[in-house]
Amino acid sequence: MGLLDARISNRNVLVTSVDNVMNWARLSSLWPMGFGLACCAIEMMATNASNYDLERFGIFPRSSPRQSDLMIVAGTVTMKMAERVVTLYEQMPEPRYVLSMGSCSNCGGPYWNHGYHVLKGVDRVIPVDVYVPGCPPRPEALIGGLMKIQELIRMEGLGISRQDALKKLAEKSVDPQQVIDQVRKSATA
Amino acid sequence: MEEAANQMSPAVQQSKAAYDNIKERFGDAISEFDANPTMPFFEVLDVSRWVDIALYMRDNSLLQFNYLACLSGVDYPEEQKLGIVCNFECIGKYTHKIAVKVKCPRDGGSIPSVSCVWHTANWHEREAYDMYGMVFEGHPDLRRILCPEDWTGFPLRKDYQVQETYHGIKVPY
Ligand code: SF4
Repeated sequence: MGLLDARISNRNVLVTSVDNVMNWARLSSLWPMGFGLACCAIEMMATNASNYDLERFGIFPRSSPRQSDLMIVAGTVTMKMAERVVTLYEQMPEPRYVLSMGSCSNCGGPYWNHGYHVLKGVDRVIPVDVYVPGCPPRPEALIGGLMKIQELIRMEGLGISRQDALKKLAEKSVDPQQVIDQVRKSATA
Repeated sequence: MEEAANQMSPAVQQSKAAYDNIKERFGDAISEFDANPTMPFFEVLDVSRWVDIALYMRDNSLLQFNYLACLSGVDYPEEQKLGIVCNFECIGKYTHKIAVKVKCPRDGGSIPSVSCVWHTANWHEREAYDMYGMVFEGHPDLRRILCPEDWTGFPLRKDYQVQETYHGIKVPY
């Protein structure tokens, strides 16, 4: 899948497209912005820490939006925070990606009805590329979401818009139920 | 009366003793003692004397309520009132505890601030104001503390209706 899996000829020459190299470089060093908003952030930090070790994917948090290309919205976005999130998003250089982590930032989560102060989904203020469900999502789920972002980057290229890439990604998606059934069957067999 | 006192737990008896001391000094300004087993309390009836009572409770050598453990707001829509409940303890000399309730009218009511007596009250009163909208007279910095500054309404009032939009962002689900 990756660039390094391609065969390298005997003189260390590798023939590939610019798109490929660019995308490989970008998806192998996704730098998320280091900020967390609520309980989900704890899980995100756990994913960053040694057990799940996000650095093996080249992912490590940056302290400035100007150095980041990924925003992990981990937690409850309050109305007060919503505008700050927009400002931070606007400060990130393009191309930038947004991963919404957990029910709260997906749709308001437990506060969907009585949480007067909670934004009911961060996609009301910034465009979201990947949603990770859960309250909170396990680190495996977050890593799954990050791999989706990597896949999305792989789909992009010269003359291919983000919209097209997202469409391609959606076409490639598999129904999780089938995978679950398969695993169940092989477990019982 | 004697029997009732005997039924009180030792903790409530301690609170009763502290109450009797305050009652002796302030008389009709405070209500009767409520021997609630989890939170024995009395109410301040003459709200204008609340700061005097507070100072007395803090400085009297037999009371020494030097610790304001909590200050919460309450909405009483049936009585058309808002109120606060303050939980006091003494750290050091005594083990007694007591709670004090102070009420004010629901519309445009105000309660004297005790932030000059216990500094803890500063933020707690701001929170009560933020959630219920009663004014604390004499508070040095009465601003909202949790909600955005330009938020409309007071969220913990029973009849609170959330606003439709905030800065152009839809609020309800
Ligand atoms: S989705 Fe659940 S775990 Fe995550 S921030 Fe909201 S309440 Fe916390």
